[in-house]
Amino acid sequence: MPRTHIELDESIERLSILDAEGNVDKERDPDINRELLLKLYRAMVLGRRFDERLLALQRQGRIGTFPPISGQEAAHLGAVAVLQPEDWMVPAFRETAAEVWRGRSLESVILGNAGFNEAAALAPPGPNLPVAVPVGSQMLHAVGLGWAARYRGKDQVVLTFFGDGATSEGDFHEAMNFAGVYQAPVIFVCQNNQWAISIPRHAQTRSATIAQKALAYGMPGIQVDGNDVLAVYAAVAEAAARARAGNGPTLVECETYRMKMHTTADDPKRYRTDEEVEGWRRKDPILRFETYLKRRRLLTKAKIEAVDAEVREAIQTAVDAAETRMASLGDPIDMFDHAYAEMTPAIAAHREEFLAETAAAAEEGSDA
Amino acid sequence: MPKLTMVQALNLALQQEMAADDRVVLLGEDVGVDGGVFRVTDGLYEAFGAERVLDTPLAESGIVGMSIGMAVYGLRPVCEMQFSGFSYQAFHQLENHAARMRWRSQGHFHVPMVLRAPYGGGVRALEHHSESREAYYAHTPGLKMVIPSGPRNARALLVAAIRDPDPVIFFESKALYRAYREEVPDKEEVLPIGTSQITREGSDLTIVTYGAMLRPVMAAAEELQQQTGAAAEVIDLQTIAPLDDTLFVASARRTGRAMIVHEAPRSFGPGAEVVTRLVEKAFYYLEAPIARVTGYDIVIPLFAREKSYLPNADRVLRAARRLIAA
Ligand SMILES: Cc1ncc(C[n+]2csc(CCOP(=O)(O)OP(=O)(O)O)c2C)c(N)n1
Ligand SMILES: [Mg+2]
Repeated sequence: MPRTHIELDESIERLSILDAEGNVDKERDPDINRELLLKLYRAMVLGRRFDERLLALQRQGRIGTFPPISGQEAAHLGAVAVLQPEDWMVPAFRETAAEVWRGRSLESVILGNAGFNEAAALAPPGPNLPVAVPVGSQMLHAVGLGWAARYRGKDQVVLTFFGDGATSEGDFHEAMNFAGVYQAPVIFVCQNNQWAISIPRHAQTRSATIAQKALAYGMPGIQVDGNDVLAVYAAVAEAAARARAGNGPTLVECETYRMKMHTTADDPKRYRTDEEVEGWRRKDPILRFETYLKRRRLLTKAKIEAVDAEVREAIQTAVDAAETRMASLGDPIDMFDHAYAEMTPAIAAHREEFLAETAAAAEEGSDA
Repeated sequence: MPKLTMVQALNLALQQEMAADDRVVLLGEDVGVDGGVFRVTDGLYEAFGAERVLDTPLAESGIVGMSIGMAVYGLRPVCEMQFSGFSYQAFHQLENHAARMRWRSQGHFHVPMVLRAPYGGGVRALEHHSESREAYYAHTPGLKMVIPSGPRNARALLVAAIRDPDPVIFFESKALYRAYREEVPDKEEVLPIGTSQITREGSDLTIVTYGAMLRPVMAAAEELQQQTGAAAEVIDLQTIAPLDDTLFVASARRTGRAMIVHEAPRSFGPGAEVVTRLVEKAFYYLEAPIARVTGYDIVIPLFAREKSYLPNADRVLRAARRLIAA
């Protein structure tokens, strides 16, 4: 009985197009049109400034805890920019800029972070699922959506986001396997930001890369510099073309970095060094893209300032609108809505009970 | 006696049990270097090393499944679910294996593990971070379900849970974690699992509760006495399963009026079992229908409205007054 070597005709690649200094590999430049390039740039700046503003609002107690995205703008915007409006996006929770790209208003994000269920109603109806907080749980939905699109004869593709930590959950493996088995038109985009709260990437899995996990499920995997928006776009565009052509799923690992805390309830100083953070600051996704655009004469100092001023104003407008709206929202009676298509007798009874409690409380000046 | 928060009291229990018994190991997401997201395991990684405090990959089913194996081998794993809302990823391990290993192997194997998890609302958290689903676990034959109501009993119950020969689900109220300090003796203190406690004596009505709801219930009982002179007896269950019905049945037989308060949704909640026990064992002593003050049968709303969902002292008080008048 021989003991032979099994040749797997598979390997994985790493793609980088725009380096940290803004030098571009001209041959690999995905040739994004000028309008889209500038739209991407604005979206990245907006994502960063909005993150900073949310952090300030949180510190002032005006919103609750939230997961900052700073440093990861290229990873999720470069990916989502590939999608057509009718394609689906299935997010985790650290893709705020991608949600905004897909039409969610800043106001909706603020309201959500302020604990208002109405935030979801403000998001425009479209093929975008709401954020999924339970880590890794959403990827299987992407597979189901993709399968359903094929069943209906549509050429839509589905893009789902998740973190490096999520790749440890069973659901990740089930989603990858199902997508492979059914050749579902899914693009799995891992934002590998090196940390899952306090757990570093190397303690999450012994695999040298996350991209290679694709091979076990019979799908292509690619690792990209996730702070290089051109590389992310190029890799996801390739994956989308593959999915649209009926050739199944792809795993794209975007190597990036979470520049801020996990959520505002977290203190990263407990588990990582300032030097590490500083090292990644030099690889900032926005700065290098700015250099690239300047060299291509698509951006000038004046234009940069104009974009900055414009996004700040958009953010201020959204904060004001959200605060005005918050004043008119929050009638607790609405909490009984949306549990079922038709309110159950028990919920209806509880709703009545709550109204009676509220009336009694008002009469005596106490809490409902 | 030092005054400790519930977080510190739980930490003390873990630290002392680990020092006394090398079978006790901890595992979970961020429990090591970070000391747990609520700091319950703070300092234990430094004190006992990576061998005994395992920062695991992000997989609840993995954590619980591995704990079961450790426990069957003879260790005493104490695993942490970062929030009880993420324990469902491990549900099949709990229901299919932790709860049944003793039964399936006809006593040959058993699973002396503890699953600790923060539960409940009131801390302005994100979705999935505020729920109260103890009924799932209390409903599972083979599991024990414990919920302390303050720093001192949290420490003593956790010690008992670690020493228990069967799997114990141990829910800790986030709202209580740092709410107040209580004297907790440095010397060992153990509270037996499966026993409830009278935390306030009274002869006019019986209020059964547990966990984070004990404080609003106690406040309501004081206020009730002030306003009406009626004395409520308050019973803290401490253990949801196996349910100790001796104290609340005896109490209701004395007072003739009973009420159950919990933040979990009402239908099929722990209160339903309490009411049933009262109907079975105190029916002829009751002078009024039993009242339930609970969360409603809906998902707890995001935090802008969570206060409206959670029972509070005023709601308990109004229900108590109605019960007295009934
Ligand atoms: C099933 C589940 N377990 C635990 C948590 C708590 N939690 C939230 S985010 C997180 C880490 C996620 O890491 P990763 O997937 O890398 O995403 P990142 O936060 O880095 O974006 C954990 C443990 C959760 N939300 N869901
Ligand atoms: Mg991560």
